[in-house]
Amino acid sequence: MATEPNSSGGLQAKLLFALLLAPALIWLVLLLLLPHLELGVLSMRVRVAPRVYEPSLSQYATFFNEPLYWHTFVRTAGMSIVSTALTLLVAFPIAWTIAKIARGRTKSMMFVLCLIPFWVSETVRALGWMILLRESGVLPGLLVSLGLTAQPIELLYHDATILVGLVYTSMLFMVVPLIGALESLDDSLIEAAYDLGGSGWSILRQIIIPHAAPGIVSGCIVVFMLTVGNYLTPTLLGGKSSQWFTEQIYTQFITRFNWEQGAAFGFLLLVLSTAIVWLGLKLSGQKFGEVMQRS
Amino acid sequence: MTSNPHPISADLEATHLGKHYGAFAAVADLSFSVARGSFFSILGPSGCGKTTLLRMIAGFLIPDSGDIRIGNQSMKDVPPNRRPVNMVFQHLALFPMMSVGDNVGYGLARRGMAATEIKRRVGEMLERVSLPGAQEKRIDQLSGGQKQRVAIARSLVLEPTLLLLDEPLGALDLKLREHMKIELKQLQAAFGTTFVYITHDQSEALVMSDHVAVMNQGKFEQLGTPQALYYQPQTPFVAGFVGANNRIQGRVTQENGKAVTLASSAGLVLQASAMGSLKTGDQVEAFVRPEVASISRDPDTFKALGHPSYRGKVESILFDGANSAVLLREEASHVEFRIALPQTGQLADLAVGETVNFGFDPQRTVCFAAPAKSVDHGH
Repeated sequence: MATEPNSSGGLQAKLLFALLLAPALIWLVLLLLLPHLELGVLSMRVRVAPRVYEPSLSQYATFFNEPLYWHTFVRTAGMSIVSTALTLLVAFPIAWTIAKIARGRTKSMMFVLCLIPFWVSETVRALGWMILLRESGVLPGLLVSLGLTAQPIELLYHDATILVGLVYTSMLFMVVPLIGALESLDDSLIEAAYDLGGSGWSILRQIIIPHAAPGIVSGCIVVFMLTVGNYLTPTLLGGKSSQWFTEQIYTQFITRFNWEQGAAFGFLLLVLSTAIVWLGLKLSGQKFGEVMQRS
Repeated sequence: MTSNPHPISADLEATHLGKHYGAFAAVADLSFSVARGSFFSILGPSGCGKTTLLRMIAGFLIPDSGDIRIGNQSMKDVPPNRRPVNMVFQHLALFPMMSVGDNVGYGLARRGMAATEIKRRVGEMLERVSLPGAQEKRIDQLSGGQKQRVAIARSLVLEPTLLLLDEPLGALDLKLREHMKIELKQLQAAFGTTFVYITHDQSEALVMSDHVAVMNQGKFEQLGTPQALYYQPQTPFVAGFVGANNRIQGRVTQENGKAVTLASSAGLVLQASAMGSLKTGDQVEAFVRPEVASISRDPDTFKALGHPSYRGKVESILFDGANSAVLLREEASHVEFRIALPQTGQLADLAVGETVNFGFDPQRTVCFAAPAKSVDHGH
């Protein structure tokens, strides 16, 4: 080993590093960078005659001039933020129980219970909700038989229904980083705070949340990204009233065959989610690199 | 907070305190009191119940039986955040998400004290623990010793009746630990707060404490000053646990009041001073401290003192400055002895394999009835 020249070892290490990195690089270039470049080009031209295009920003102008588009846009952002916040609220006690209270078999069982819904595809899960909630479905029927409502009520196609579906779909992606963050919290810190006179609420606010902040933020980023870009759940559970921005993109590409407009919308959605994640990081004082390392 | 109109002598009083886990008694019917302003240590091997006891005093565990009184107030149904007790945790449990100043001020802020008053008290406290101006530092910028001081300052700033310390020196390296022992003792003297310190390290307990309780299997074997524990151990456990000791098991062959003669199964005969009443034929354990025994090349040294002497072959020399010792094996019985080397350097030329004379004062050799085997193994 001592006789082997250093430079050869360094070269080998570099080669190995490049090989290990290659799949990720190919994936990034082929599936993310190239399509986005293509979309970028598409979004900034306008068709003036069959197969004749001119550079133009009119696709973006359409977005701002047509209230339906930017209403949908703002609504998607707002609903996604609400959905992310709800997911955090629901996931935190679950993650706390799994990380700090449950032990041994119970702990792994609870984790498996969180995981099981993901063995079923999102479509089937959404259809499950539809069976439960539609007017002729299980829950409205139950409400009638309990005498709570006179006749079956339609529980689908409400904003609340969309939120329920989105929270359910995102749970695991919030629970996992939260468990990681909470497990690394030394129990003696909580005991020490309690010993020094802290109450439950002040310990949560001053010890637990600051410690878990990177996990909370990383969970929120992942869940927000998944929610804002979700197509299936809002469409199936919200129907025509869902008004999700991904549906506008789908319509432009598939129904209207207006790829230029669809590409512009796609870019706007990318800008929107990036801006909100950036704002979230600024507000919580976290750094993107650190947060993603923790998750 | 600590001002009490009734002058009382005990800051901590436990009566018939017990805690069981199933059939296992972690703490069994313990009664003791700790005088105000004293440094009290609970010394015992791991699993002896000392942590359970400390956590009951702090309020993290609820005793099955008995009562704890702190500053003459019963602590029944008082949660940890309402007790006049603060704890320094084993790994200190400083809040890494807060600055040093916020750590020290945490408890005061929880009491709803005004920010300016908190700032003043934190500043004063940090000065008293020799960390003036460290308020803005982050916890990870501190050295091990500084962290200790912040942890103690964070508790003492609340002026507790009692400060509990759960082996806080365990994680430090040897040199710093030696230094912190002295510093802790000085801090305790300067503040006058009652300290209850638990440790498995007998040197920590002996150096710092006014009183030490040696704990084993949920009970106090002996409670006394460090000197009493060392020179007058009351049980074989204390004799074996506090300080280094040579233990010889045997049977009493002759008994004359306090003076007994015993013979080990290997045939070593020695004289010792009986602790408790012993009869001829009893199974016993005798303890000889390494510094009680001495070595000489001249056999007449021991005759002149009137002590019995033996001959032994030097097996190894454990040089450790002032704590140097020799391991030797008695010629006839092959019983191993650890004997301290005189610090005058007169036996510095001692060589492995050499045969020398050694002996010890029977008055300072203590002998106990051997503990019954069932007690020895417990649960």
